[in-house]
Amino acid sequence: MSNSVHGGSVAAPAAQARPAARRSRREVDNLAGYLFIAPWLIGFFSFTLIPMVASLYFSFTDYDIFSAPRWIGLGNFQTMFFEDARYWKSVGATFLYVFTAVPLRLAFALGVAMLLNVGFSLLGLYRAIFYVPSIIGGGVALALMWRQLFGGDGLINDALSAIGIQGLNWLGNPRTAIWTLVLLAVWQFGSPMLIFLAGLKQIPAELYEAASIDGAGGWRKFVRITVPMLSPVILFNLVMQIIAGFMVFTQAFVITNGGPLDTTRFYAVYLYNEAFENFHMGYASAMAWVLLLIIAFFTVLAFKSSSMWVHYETRGE
Amino acid sequence: MVTQISNVLGGKRPTPMSFVYHLCVGLFSLFMIYPLLWLIGSSFKPREEIFTRSTSLIPQNFTLSNYVAGWAGFGGVTFATFFKNSFILAGIGTIAVVTASALVAYGFGRIRFAGRNFWFTCMLLTLMLPTQVQIIPQYIVFSKLDWINTFLPLLVPRFFGQAFFIFLMIQFIRGIPHELDEAAEIDGAGKFGIFFRIILPLLTPALITSAIFSFYWTWEDFFGPLLYLSNPNLYPVSLALKNFADGSGSTNWGAIFAMSVLSLVPVFVLFILFQRYLVEGISTTGLKG
Repeated sequence: MSNSVHGGSVAAPAAQARPAARRSRREVDNLAGYLFIAPWLIGFFSFTLIPMVASLYFSFTDYDIFSAPRWIGLGNFQTMFFEDARYWKSVGATFLYVFTAVPLRLAFALGVAMLLNVGFSLLGLYRAIFYVPSIIGGGVALALMWRQLFGGDGLINDALSAIGIQGLNWLGNPRTAIWTLVLLAVWQFGSPMLIFLAGLKQIPAELYEAASIDGAGGWRKFVRITVPMLSPVILFNLVMQIIAGFMVFTQAFVITNGGPLDTTRFYAVYLYNEAFENFHMGYASAMAWVLLLIIAFFTVLAFKSSSMWVHYETRGE
Repeated sequence: MVTQISNVLGGKRPTPMSFVYHLCVGLFSLFMIYPLLWLIGSSFKPREEIFTRSTSLIPQNFTLSNYVAGWAGFGGVTFATFFKNSFILAGIGTIAVVTASALVAYGFGRIRFAGRNFWFTCMLLTLMLPTQVQIIPQYIVFSKLDWINTFLPLLVPRFFGQAFFIFLMIQFIRGIPHELDEAAEIDGAGKFGIFFRIILPLLTPALITSAIFSFYWTWEDFFGPLLYLSNPNLYPVSLALKNFADGSGSTNWGAIFAMSVLSLVPVFVLFILFQRYLVEGISTTGLKG
């Protein structure tokens, strides 16, 4: 880097010392680098890597935390895949949730972002309003509110009865409970909306003008310009939302607590039940590793498929 | 900041088009925040009115009794304790995580050391890792250390930085011109000197963004406290709300609403004050990711 700055005008005797100086400079950089990243490095080993290895080991054991883990080979996985109907129910519920909530949330996020990007005033105000449910929405407070909204004598049923429709026990009915959670997820479309908005602003207006001159309509512009230009952002949002979707816990735990009839016992909820209520630590570890593989599979799938639909512009930097 | 492009439908002048636009978007945004307004309104309604006049936003008989009843908490512990716990966890946790993340981000962003790319990739991968593969061994270790029912399992890991914030800060540091570092180096500043005198002051926006997100996530964190805390004296607001809602036999929804609203106040105030940093933080991490 700045070796050249020092090196230029050095006299002959000093030239002998130069290789040593350069080496020490690299050593200094190495030392400084590791010193600065030391907090993360220590944390990575003690809170991520070593626990992961331990968790992999536990997944092959029968372990209740009170007595020593007992090696049972693939026993946990065999139980999981072939004997535990509840496990498959939880996988099914999680997939249903992820593959409805994520596309709907992204569609809403993109739609509202485009609506806000038209160029009228008050963008900041609207953006803030749409973002508020997301910023305060992940916690218990709004989950409790949702529980009351969709409760038997909640706001939704009152509003329905006011227009003469018989309400439902939304949270107690196995057919509707999961959709209240999907709706909550869709309502919180703020973060991907902000990312889409930032992406939309980077699309050159000339592209749309040129398309208008060629007589392209709104839909054509959307399909031919907006989607391709935005595809890297769509990919990013898709991956992040899928990962978050598979790990959803608080909402289901607080609003429906896995019920009714396990229809909302999502993967993370069932894993929590097994690990920290039944103390099946080995079984839960096996579940965690399968979850890791599921998430890895869909992440890789999204990235692999991206060559077919994600458009990367070559920008000069 | 608000650069408006594709301005095909009209400018700032009020036109029929803009009227229709504001009518539609305005109604839609009202629809979006209606549940929140309803929550706030209900928290000021007397107990009977919450159910008899549930659809109205404005209480007929305004009362603060829900706040008084709610604040008393449960099991002899008031919400003053729960809020204090939440502020301790979010405050210490945030200062720790932002400081550690800034140091690490400088290391990754500015210093060329052997193995940098490898560790950077490891860090990015942890962003996608489900926490479930770590919590069980973590829980076992923390319980062996006798840390259950202390704040330690929730606070100690924060002192080692967090991948998301490190990544956000690295993105920001990459935008700071190298000439500044080099000038400071010629003046004889070492790595720490450059970090403290050049990078840290310029990094302020990213530090603020990280601090706010960290505060939010700690404030609303439910899973961590659920695992590690069972003594009501240590409950943060999130866990207290859930137990409050489940525990109070008759389910006093008015009190639950009141405490829910209070729990959202710090989050909302930060949002109003620092909206710009949040919007830019999310946009940049998303776009350059």
